Amino acid sequence: MTATADTIRETVPPEPGGRPAGRAVALRIGPASARFRWRSVVVPVVALVVVVLLGAVALGRGDYPIGVTDVLRTLAGAGEQSQRFIVLELRAPRVVVGVLVGLALGVAGALFQTFARNPLASPDILGITSGASVGAVVAIVVSGTSSAGAVLGGLGVPLAALAGALGAGLLLFLLAFRSGVDGYRLVLVGVAVSSIALAVVDWLLTRAAIYDAAAAYVWIVGSLNARTWDQAVPLALALAVLVPLALAAGRVLGVLQFGDDTARGLGVRLSAAQAAVVLVAVVLVAAAVSAAGPITFVALVVPQIAVRLAGGSRPPLLASGLIGAALVVVADLLTRTVLPQALPVGILTATVGAPYLLWLLVRGRRTTA
Amino acid sequence: MTTSTPAAPPLTAPTSDGRVRLAAEGLRLAYDDRVVVDGLDLTLTDGSFTAIVGPNGCGKSTLLRALGRLMRPAAGQVLLDGRAIQKTPTRDVARVLGLLPQTPIAPAGLTVADLVTRGRHPHQSWLRQWSAEDEAVVAEALTWTDMTDLADRPVDELSGGQRQRAWISMALAQGTDLILLDEPTTYLDLSHQIDVLELVARLHAERGRTVVVVLHDLNLAARYAHRLVAMRDGVLVASGTPHEVLTEQLLADVFDLEARVVPDPVAGTPMVVPVRRLHR
Repeated sequence: MTATADTIRETVPPEPGGRPAGRAVALRIGPASARFRWRSVVVPVVALVVVVLLGAVALGRGDYPIGVTDVLRTLAGAGEQSQRFIVLELRAPRVVVGVLVGLALGVAGALFQTFARNPLASPDILGITSGASVGAVVAIVVSGTSSAGAVLGGLGVPLAALAGALGAGLLLFLLAFRSGVDGYRLVLVGVAVSSIALAVVDWLLTRAAIYDAAAAYVWIVGSLNARTWDQAVPLALALAVLVPLALAAGRVLGVLQFGDDTARGLGVRLSAAQAAVVLVAVVLVAAAVSAAGPITFVALVVPQIAVRLAGGSRPPLLASGLIGAALVVVADLLTRTVLPQALPVGILTATVGAPYLLWLLVRGRRTTA
Repeated sequence: MTTSTPAAPPLTAPTSDGRVRLAAEGLRLAYDDRVVVDGLDLTLTDGSFTAIVGPNGCGKSTLLRALGRLMRPAAGQVLLDGRAIQKTPTRDVARVLGLLPQTPIAPAGLTVADLVTRGRHPHQSWLRQWSAEDEAVVAEALTWTDMTDLADRPVDELSGGQRQRAWISMALAQGTDLILLDEPTTYLDLSHQIDVLELVARLHAERGRTVVVVLHDLNLAARYAHRLVAMRDGVLVASGTPHEVLTEQLLADVFDLEARVVPDPVAGTPMVVPVRRLHR
């Protein structure tokens, strides 16, 4: 993924905006009040239903197919012992991890894109997922040969990936932060961080033993194979904290979109707000990547789909998360059932996402020319 | 939606009791090492309408940013109602002082109503995101700026003049009694410049707002503002009524311009007729 300064500068729309979506309605209960549009409520509700149905289908698919009704019966606590084992122990963790990873990536992508006012600002481009790859590959490849590798290897691949993602996020933040974070600067610094991280990954792979390299490669692509509750539970706990934080940031995001001066003029503590948004987004991505590897393009594509469906001036956070969950579950389902070979899910999201990125760039050039 | 006036913000007549609302004391403003404004003192009284004028790069926009707490002074301080503005929480400032940057950005797809609604941000909390008062103030701001018909249109599809009205509507909804505007007429044709400045003048006259505006056009500044502040090279050169400030000598000193100053045939305010540029 190479993006030069010019292509980024010329990528229009510079804001991840969409179309207005009808009149806003007021909701007031006691001291609480809110303003919303029906479309912004309907879209996440429909997305949630879709995620549940897809999840049920995904739980039934595999070497031993189980019908959707049986799946739902099993989930409700009934059903045969063998089906319970297959659904709850073998398949459920995979589906749950897929849902949670999609949710995290969708929400993080919406945070980044709104904050940077740039649809290119996604964790893939910004180097956070590449940072996670460095951590994971170090843990896989050099755990026996160096002290740093031994430390990371001791953590296990998921924690090493988490450390790598957080490290890249910190580097990104330090380099892009200058009494506030400029979105354009963030993307440029992110491209640089990403290039460095990918170079390190390549270097490590060329030095690795062939067996380690193969294992590392599967991880780098991003896969939901052989997930267990050991991955699902920590991820669920992390999201239980992070997603409410992200939603709470939504109110400030709407004002941050106006640019630094207007946001400050409206009483936003700019540096604190920006730091909080970036931090929540980075940790969301780190949590997702440590559970399933860097499933690329989800965070890039999903917020743009969500804003087109729900309307409004910025990608809706919850809808982005739920559409992200649906996308990951569908992609995983397709790789397991339709495609002749069982591919890692990240390959499918990349093949769908890369043309989308090209379309974004081509369209940007045309409108600015 | 009727056009009845809600309770807040109160419709007050301009009160010029001479109370100082905003003051700069020994202000030095710098971008890194480049000093843009140095040793500047300025007081702005309640209910005043001040225009800051000066040649390009004289530091007038920088001064406005510092007055609005967008910039930390290298030395000296800005006082808002007698209190150091840098030590006042942003949110408290935003309830008293509203600010319109030179070319504000509205994200694509944002409607006029959304934009004006965001003006209520300093008055809202996570729980209280859209109170009845917010709704009334926004509706009133839209009506007052004649933007109600355009309320559901995306801001990025409006003409330059309409867009500026929308932003002024947002500043009105913010409900601050001080409003700072940085060149609100930039990129507008003459009739829309007049339109915007009439609106700003009404903010002052009808809504009792204390207004500070950075303006390029001296004749329009003289016509609308009650006080002019002329700057050159980061220094305050003159301050007073348009008649006191806009003299042929000052135009030579500040703008390197040889000019005649004649009474504006419409308003009687001083009108600058340029003769030629002075080279020094």
